[in-house]
Amino acid sequence: MSPMLQNFLTLDLPALLTAMFAGVSCALLGTFLLLRRQSLMGDAISHSVLPGIVAAFLLTGSRDPLVMFGGAALAGVVSAGLVELVRRAARLEAGAAMGVVFPVLFALGVLLLERGGARSVDLDADCVLYGELSRIIWSPPSGVALGSSASLAALPRELYSAGIVSLVASVFVALLFKELRLVSFDAALATSLGFRASVLNLLMLILTAAAVVVSFEAVGSILVVALLICPAASARLFTDRLSRQLWLSLGFAVLTVLAGYAAAVWFPLTWGSSSALSASGMIAAMSGVGLGIAIIVSPKGGVVLTRWRRFELAVRVAREDMLARLYREEETPGRTLVIPTPSRIVAAAARRDLRRLGMVEGSPPRLTAGGRTEAQTIVRSHRLWETYLVHEVGLRPDHVHDPALVLEHLRKSGQPIAPSTSTPVDPHDRPIP
Amino acid sequence: MNDTGLNTVWHDLWLTLTLQGGSASRWVLVAATLLGASCGIVGTFAVLRKRAMMSDALSHATLPGIATAYLAWTALGRDGRSLPVLLLGAALSGVLGVLATQAIIRFSRLREDAAIGAVLSVFFGVGVVLMSVIQSLSTGTQGGLHHFILGQAAAMTSDDARLIAIAGGAAVLIATLLHKEFRLVTFDGAFAQVQGWPVSLIDLVMMALVVIVTVVGLQAVGVVLIVALLVIPAAAARLWTDRLGRMLVIAALIGGVSAYVGVAISAVAHNTPTGAAIVLCAGAAFGVSLLFAPRRGLLARSLDLARLRLRIACEHALDAMLEHADGRYDSHDIARSVRSPLARALLPHSLRRWGWARQTSDGLVLSEAGRARAKAQRDAIAAWHGYLDVTGAAHPGGGRPSADAVEHVLSPRMVEEILRATAKVSELPSGGASRERAAP
Repeated sequence: MSPMLQNFLTLDLPALLTAMFAGVSCALLGTFLLLRRQSLMGDAISHSVLPGIVAAFLLTGSRDPLVMFGGAALAGVVSAGLVELVRRAARLEAGAAMGVVFPVLFALGVLLLERGGARSVDLDADCVLYGELSRIIWSPPSGVALGSSASLAALPRELYSAGIVSLVASVFVALLFKELRLVSFDAALATSLGFRASVLNLLMLILTAAAVVVSFEAVGSILVVALLICPAASARLFTDRLSRQLWLSLGFAVLTVLAGYAAAVWFPLTWGSSSALSASGMIAAMSGVGLGIAIIVSPKGGVVLTRWRRFELAVRVAREDMLARLYREEETPGRTLVIPTPSRIVAAAARRDLRRLGMVEGSPPRLTAGGRTEAQTIVRSHRLWETYLVHEVGLRPDHVHDPALVLEHLRKSGQPIAPSTSTPVDPHDRPIP
Repeated sequence: MNDTGLNTVWHDLWLTLTLQGGSASRWVLVAATLLGASCGIVGTFAVLRKRAMMSDALSHATLPGIATAYLAWTALGRDGRSLPVLLLGAALSGVLGVLATQAIIRFSRLREDAAIGAVLSVFFGVGVVLMSVIQSLSTGTQGGLHHFILGQAAAMTSDDARLIAIAGGAAVLIATLLHKEFRLVTFDGAFAQVQGWPVSLIDLVMMALVVIVTVVGLQAVGVVLIVALLVIPAAAARLWTDRLGRMLVIAALIGGVSAYVGVAISAVAHNTPTGAAIVLCAGAAFGVSLLFAPRRGLLARSLDLARLRLRIACEHALDAMLEHADGRYDSHDIARSVRSPLARALLPHSLRRWGWARQTSDGLVLSEAGRARAKAQRDAIAAWHGYLDVTGAAHPGGGRPSADAVEHVLSPRMVEEILRATAKVSELPSGGASRERAAP
């Protein structure tokens, strides 16, 4: 086996897999937190499980994942209960109640860590905050093949616990998909159908605490919030279907972890730096980059697409204004009209469109036969609106031109919508074509 | 730890608390107190404007700014640890974080909670990466930057402390001078706008104050916990009062004292991060408030509830006593209508105290007041039942589950009104009730 492959298998792969498993659990649970607008609960839990973990360690003296997990789950449930108590008793909004509860629990955890002697056994505040991905390595006994059972037994503990939690989270979501969907979208309906929403909530809470605990070692307590929120939020921007959103968020989580690890570990080393950067920080940063890209390119109200649609609309309006102006100038020779002036780019695009569609030709521009038909519909729509505004809405005739200039562009499935009328002329005594 | 060791700690703590612990720690204490007070005041407005978690995003977002400022200033050949430079970087990236949150809410369909969480964790992640860059550079040390994460007041020089004290004091001063404007915008922004106040400017000043106290508090309390110093004093003060002026004073007191005591404790006890000590002090103040605050506190509320329960038990007992011709207190009868043994034990005393019964040689007997009260109660119930019958509001399956609950809260005036309403309904040609029921 080549030393490079050996290195990859023993140094990079365990860390990478652990982070991916953490990402998978977080993405699945984060999707539901996001839908219930409880994303910050993930933040609160990730802070408040600390005293649970430390207390569990101090009481039992073991780093058995089950013990740690028990402490964390208990602390998570207690913190959720405390948030609710504070919210009701002090009549605070949920955010402020969280702001009271989780810092106190976190501070308690830090104090226990620093004063309780837990420091000696590689549980320290820094590790909890930033995670220590680089510590997760596989050191199989030398002289034994990597595939042998002795080597496999030496796989890092963190890898196992992250794997198990992601498996449990996947099974939980797969089995209870229908119930989770119901509770997330319509808790009131779920209650009236006889579902115990509170039981599901409790399970979610405990699983989130579990995901947070295993993610601690991979990415740290604050950065786990990035994994809980960003992949799920990015997925939300691409689809309206829950199942698709779950798959997408899984994909985004895996991509995020890969990109973050590559950027932190492989790039600096290939570029000649002597040490790697913080992989957990980079994973969080990459999840942010992913979310940023999603916000820009998403088909559901993404920045780019929204801008493009607005541009297209502006061009259409400019096109129609131009046609209508030419029509009116033909109708009353010698009349020059002032139309709303679009920006230069929009105007150029509109002019080019008109010539390409064969509606306008020559210089100075004249309407073609096709253009005249099109222009007629617009002018008709304009004059119908003017009539409507005077007769039905009761505006004065000299007040209806400007609103009609806007209304004439309204379309419903490609057809102009305008109120019908029996009068053949508009309020300014011009014929309605 | 042996006895003398413990005594020394207490002695040291006493010296520190009474400002006898050397000039540097004296400045640190003054700075921390001013900082705590200003956080309390600024935090009150932030909490009332529902910006608690936004402040959390802000404080986490300062980390990359601190690291960038350090890197930039070191690259320019200066000492990267200069506090003003670091704080400037922190403020800039904190504001950037807040703007990013706003942008996410504006340009995507994500909600505020997701936006805040995303910004908070991603900025923090970038900060952690930059910290690891600093560590990997030849300078080797992080220049004490990690103190910014959990807070370490011991790392403060007296120059730092003076800067913090001045900034904290300035924040208190500005908030005091502008408290009328802040109050207006906080409680009724639309009204302020109509009155011609520059609402967005005032809002901006409030937000700027949050940025200032957050950034200035980083060194003592840390990125992760500074939000607590903004939120907890305000939340605790909210339990004590409904008036903004008092709330501000109480929050400032709680913030100032927590910071003062927390800094003193962490100065004396080793391995105690200052931020954690301060937050735990504030948390203790909140806990005390939650338990003991008048009206809102859990204790006051459970007392209120107990008093209500006792009154209801008394009313049941009065009803049972009225059944007896001589109005005697018969514990056997009472046991049927009053279930709780504790209430039964307290009954005789309460009945006497409220003047509804008096002690005679035969035992406890209804007084005139008690008899009148019991009769009034029966009238009230009768009125209520009549009302339910006439309006057809009674439970269709027979039985009136609401009557038993309602009888204890009907005031004489309400009874009068019910009687009047009942009379009006029964005057209708065919009676409201039957008409209602006849409708398919």
